[in-house]
Order: sequence, then structure tokens, then C-alpha cells
Amino acid sequence: MTDKSDQHKCGCGKNNGDCESHRDDPGLTPVSRRDFLKRSAVIGSGAAALIAAMSPLRLLKETITAEEFVQRHYKEMSKEELDKVIARISAKVRDRFGVTPRLRDVKPMDGVEYVYALNLSRCNGSRRCVHACVNENNQSRSPEIQYISVFKMPKGTMDMEQGTRHYDPEQVPEDDSYYLPVQCQQCENPPCVKACPVEATWQEKDGITVIDYNWCIGCRYCEAACPYWARRFNFTEPDIPKERLNPDMAYLSNRPRPKGVVEKCHFCLHRTREGRLPACLEACPTGARIFGNILDPESEVSYVLKKKRVFILKEEAGTLPRFFYFFDK
Amino acid sequence: MFKWLRDYLYFLWRCFVISFVGEPLFYIWMTFLTCLALIGLNAYCKQLVHGLMMTGMTDHVSWGLYIANFTYLVGMAAAAVMLVIPAYVYKRHDVHEITIFGELFAIASIVMCLLFVTVDLGRPDRFWHLIPGIGRFNFPISMLSWDVVVLNVYLFINLHITGYLLYMRYLGREPNKWLYLPFVFLSIAWAVSIHTVTAFLLAGFAARPFWNTAVMGPRFIASAFAAGPAVIIITIQLIQKVFRYRTSIEAIYLLRRIVQVSMIINMFLLLNEVFKEFYTDALHNASARYLFFGLHGHDALVPWIWTALAMNTVSLILLMSPWTRRMVPLNIACLLLIVGIWIEKGMGLIVPGFIPNPLGEIVEYVPTWNEILICVGIWAVGAIIYTILLRCTTPILKGKLKINLKYTQRNVSY
Repeated sequence: MTDKSDQHKCGCGKNNGDCESHRDDPGLTPVSRRDFLKRSAVIGSGAAALIAAMSPLRLLKETITAEEFVQRHYKEMSKEELDKVIARISAKVRDRFGVTPRLRDVKPMDGVEYVYALNLSRCNGSRRCVHACVNENNQSRSPEIQYISVFKMPKGTMDMEQGTRHYDPEQVPEDDSYYLPVQCQQCENPPCVKACPVEATWQEKDGITVIDYNWCIGCRYCEAACPYWARRFNFTEPDIPKERLNPDMAYLSNRPRPKGVVEKCHFCLHRTREGRLPACLEACPTGARIFGNILDPESEVSYVLKKKRVFILKEEAGTLPRFFYFFDK
Repeated sequence: MFKWLRDYLYFLWRCFVISFVGEPLFYIWMTFLTCLALIGLNAYCKQLVHGLMMTGMTDHVSWGLYIANFTYLVGMAAAAVMLVIPAYVYKRHDVHEITIFGELFAIASIVMCLLFVTVDLGRPDRFWHLIPGIGRFNFPISMLSWDVVVLNVYLFINLHITGYLLYMRYLGREPNKWLYLPFVFLSIAWAVSIHTVTAFLLAGFAARPFWNTAVMGPRFIASAFAAGPAVIIITIQLIQKVFRYRTSIEAIYLLRRIVQVSMIINMFLLLNEVFKEFYTDALHNASARYLFFGLHGHDALVPWIWTALAMNTVSLILLMSPWTRRMVPLNIACLLLIVGIWIEKGMGLIVPGFIPNPLGEIVEYVPTWNEILICVGIWAVGAIIYTILLRCTTPILKGKLKINLKYTQRNVSY
């Protein structure tokens, strides 16, 4: 039968005759004009359905320019390329917010390694740091993205599961609790950097782990890898009111982020690398936060690390945080 | 000189043409799938416009249904090897005839995997950052970059093996062993590797104690080698009916035995996991408590996991009994197992990894309709691909789609 159908290969000249091969498998015969027209109609309506299905795309506000599409990784760009990119982003910020930003690329300094220390005896859970951070770093306000989570912990435990971020008393601090602020710990052995499939996040020589928001593909693997829940994803276009924009910004820190990328605390590198202190520290009403260069033996953090009984969160995770906690009345 | 190229292009053209032609049932099926795929595409376009906010995912549960389906389908793709090993290593002739259906199934599964990863990306426009050479690839450090490599290579190995064998059959020539056998054996190792790497992807981080377990890899392999052959058992029967392609019952019995053994191992490993979590009863078992019993009143997954466990247990009992030598009970057992493992290994594995989050907060995850429609769309695309592959393959295997004699004769006379 196989041979027969081979030799036929439409010897009968028809498409729907009673020749064996047709009945067996109509697909193996040439196509008649009528069938062709019928098929064209099917293909036409299919294409129409396809266009209809894709119609939501017309709502796409922001289109990606060719320049943005081919932009290279931060570390691979020359000075000139980066300047061009910065000019482009500045123009975009100006168009969107009506403010000309002071956008620049701030490099790490030699001989500096930043370390944070937090005095838990002093922290009173006011959460001023949380809001100062949001204002400083141009996070989305709706939905609001926060880099710092302050946990109200019942006294007598270090188990984070016992604490809560959602507390709202008349007055802080409350007697039975202490407060534990957590943000990116700027680990020396960061699992997030290991996780990223495209090297969009890396550790700089001053210990700060940064993200190239124009390189991140938004897979959120780093979020899964972080033991401190420090990373945030832009699930939608970040919404920042015009009057709230902080125009003092750097490429690797607080410039407005696009939709679909990950962000996190960067120790306010646009401030700290120019000799100022992080916004969360300045906002703290109790002086619980201490920041500085661990490589400088005279610095306050060096003193704290030498003299106080400091500890780190989740030591067992092996991440070697640069964020230290201590109790000190 | 370019005759081989012309022959090959003509072959592709004919395959293209017959994938649009069939019996009424074929048209109904393909139209149905196309509608689902378009609905999924529509949902994805909405997600592109509004962002991943359209899904149920949050910073707390940052992976959901997409990655759950991805994990499951990597296993499906790897399971093709359960036909390749008996056919090529143990020289089972009856299995040899159906091996190709397993390999085609692997191709469709891998395409679905790649689609699921793509829809999960926040910036799909930057996919090229993942391409070695032009992007910046964190290889070999990132397990995700490993996964990208092994999945794509596995896709090409299978495309090569099936494409080459089918084309030789079409030409009526004896295939050259050296051109496909090395790849067949490579595919065996590779199949195991794709699923192991996917397990490592989850198991590699201290941040998620629920995933940070050494049995993750073995569990993945065992569940894949149970669910995959179960799907193949059912598809083989469908192929028999729809495409009138005869296969031997012995091959199905062999698959049944494979499913039996894999399922026993799978359940055993699950038991190990459950023992370790609950007998030790340390703080790290919060996710497991959430999954099986609920935590502080949050219990969205509890009914699901117990349903899955019930399905798996019933299916195992059925499989071990002689009833499943008949097709109807066997199919019921297979269906139970396919769904049971999908729940246990998809939602039951990915989601609890995020609950509670590393700082002990509990935020539950419920997929949105838009997210579900995208998933349905991708499954429909996978089914379309598999149907088309089968549509082209069965006539070639039956010897009905061959290089046209007249055509070759004409060429000779030129």
C-alpha cells in the first residue's frame, strides 16, 4: 500500500477522490485552488485574531529606543559611552519630572571599606530611617518600596519569626519590645551576586553591592537568594510624585529605576562616596546608627567593632555581613 | 550541487504543509489550542504593559506559577531518557519504535520551559544579556546561567537526533550511526543534568532552608521519571488511536514498570524529607509546617498538598496492583500521578520556599487570573508544537511521507 500511494502522488489529479492515499492521509497530496482559498481565509482570520490578541500593547507608554536596547554593561562602557548614557537618562528624568538632576557616576574610593553598626539599645522603632531612605533614594511611592524593614521584637528572642513589621502604637518605644532594623547587609560573600545570571549585580571595592538597573533582566533569582530579604523588585512602573524627586543622584544608586528591575540599599553611595553620611543615619533621632570606614583605625565603626560585643544576623548563612548589631546601654 | 539543500528545504516545506491538514478532529483540536494560545498571548501583552504586578507575585513570594510550571516541565523533558535508555542501552526493539515520541515530547517541553522563563522576566527585552558572547554571562557561578546552557543544548541535541533520523527515513536511507548515536548517549547524561541543575538552582541557597536540602536533586529526578513516562503512556495510546500508529503493549508495560519504581523512590524521598523536617522540629521547618499544616492561620496550600499526597498514594497503590495491566486503570493511575506530582513539585515546592520569608514574615501567594491564562496559553503552545511534530512524524514513520519518486527521477534526468 505504501508503494502504491507513492506512485500515485496524485496521479488521480483530485484532492478528495477515493484513491487510497487521500483517504489515508489527505495531507500528503497537493493542494487544490479551492482548498488554497479556504486556507487563505483561515490564515486571514487567524492573523486578525493575532492582532486582536496583541492589542493591549498599544497602551505601552514607554517604548525602548534602539540606543537603550543595545546599551552595554556598566563595566564594559568607556567613559564617553557612560557620559552619553548619563546625558540620555538625565534628559529622560527632565522630561518626566521637570527637574534637571545632578546625575553622575560616583566611583569607590581607594582604601575605604564601608561598615555599618547599629546600636539596638538605642533604636526606638520610630522608623524615621525607613522614610528618610525612601525620600533620599527615589523609591516608588505607590506601591511604596522600602529598603529598611524595622521589626518589633519581643524581648528574649532573636527569632525573626516572633517579630513583626506591622506595629502602630501611640508612642515608641514599647516596654516589652526591642526594635531590629534590617536592610542590605552588604555581605562580603553575597549570595545575590552569585545568583545573578548576567552579572547585573556585583560587589565594588568599597564593599557596596550595586546593581546596573539597565542590565538587570528581572529574573528575581537574587531576591530568592538573599537571606536578609533586602532586595525589591519593581513590579510596575515606579510612581514618584514630581515634587518628591531627589535630583542628587548617581548611576548605580538612586536614579529613578525602570519597571521590571531589582533594587536595594546601596549605603547611599552617592552621598557616602563623597564624604557624607547615609540618609538613614542622618534621620535617626537616637543616634543608634554608626557608619564609617573600617580600614581607618580611628573611625567610630572601628572603635565599635573593637570595643563592643557586636553580632551579625544569620551568621550561619556564611554571608559575612558588613552590617553589625550590638546592645549597649 | 545544492540538490541536498533543495531536498531538505522541500522536506521542510512538505512538513509545513501537512501540519495544516488533517481530519476534522485535528482541525477542532488545533483551533481550540490556537484560541487558548491567543488568550494567553493577550494576557501576556497585558503583563508587558502593566508589569508583573498583573501576577500574584510580591517581594515576599517572588516566584510563583511560572517557575512552578517551569520546574515541572524540565522534569517532563528529562523523562524522555526513560525511553532512550531501554531502546539504546538495553536494545529493546519494541521501545525503540516509540522512543522518538519521547524525544519529540522533550522538544515540546523544553520550548514550554523557555517560554515560562521568558514570561517570568521583568525585562524580556534584555534577554540578549543571557546570550554567551554578546551578553555578560555569569558562568559557571550562577546556577541560572547553567540552566540556560543545559536547557538550550538539550533542545538542540533532541532536535538533531529526531530531525536526522526522520529525514533519513524520509529519504529512505540507512542513518549513519556516527551521526546520531553519540548524541543519543550524550542526551542520556544531559537529560539527568538538566533536572539536576534545576534542582541545584533551588537547593543552592542558605536563605531558603526549605529548598536547601541534598535530596532535592534525587527527588526531582525520581518525580520526573514517574510523571514523564506516565504522560508518555497516555500519549502513546492517543497516538495509536488518532494517528493509527501501532505500538506494542510490551512497551507500555515496560513504561508502567518504570513509573512504579520511580514512584516508590519518589514517595520514599518525600518521606525522608517530611521526617527530617518534623522529627527534628527545629526553627527551619517553618515552611514545611506552612505547607502541611498552615502557620499562624495561613493555610492556602494545605488542601493542595494533601490532595497531591492522596493522589500520589492512590496512584502508587493502583500501579502496584495487577489491575493496571489493563489500560483504563493504568490511565487513571497515570493521570492521578501526573496531577499529584504537578502540585507537589510545582506549587508545593516553589511557593513554600518563600513562606515565611527570610525575615519570618508570612505573606501568602494566590495566582491571578491573568497569570493563570498566560500559563494555559503556554501549555497550549506546547500542545500545538507536539501535535504538529506528531502530525509530521507519523506519516514519515509509516513510510507515507517519503521523498517523491517522480521528483527524484526528474532530478536524476537533469
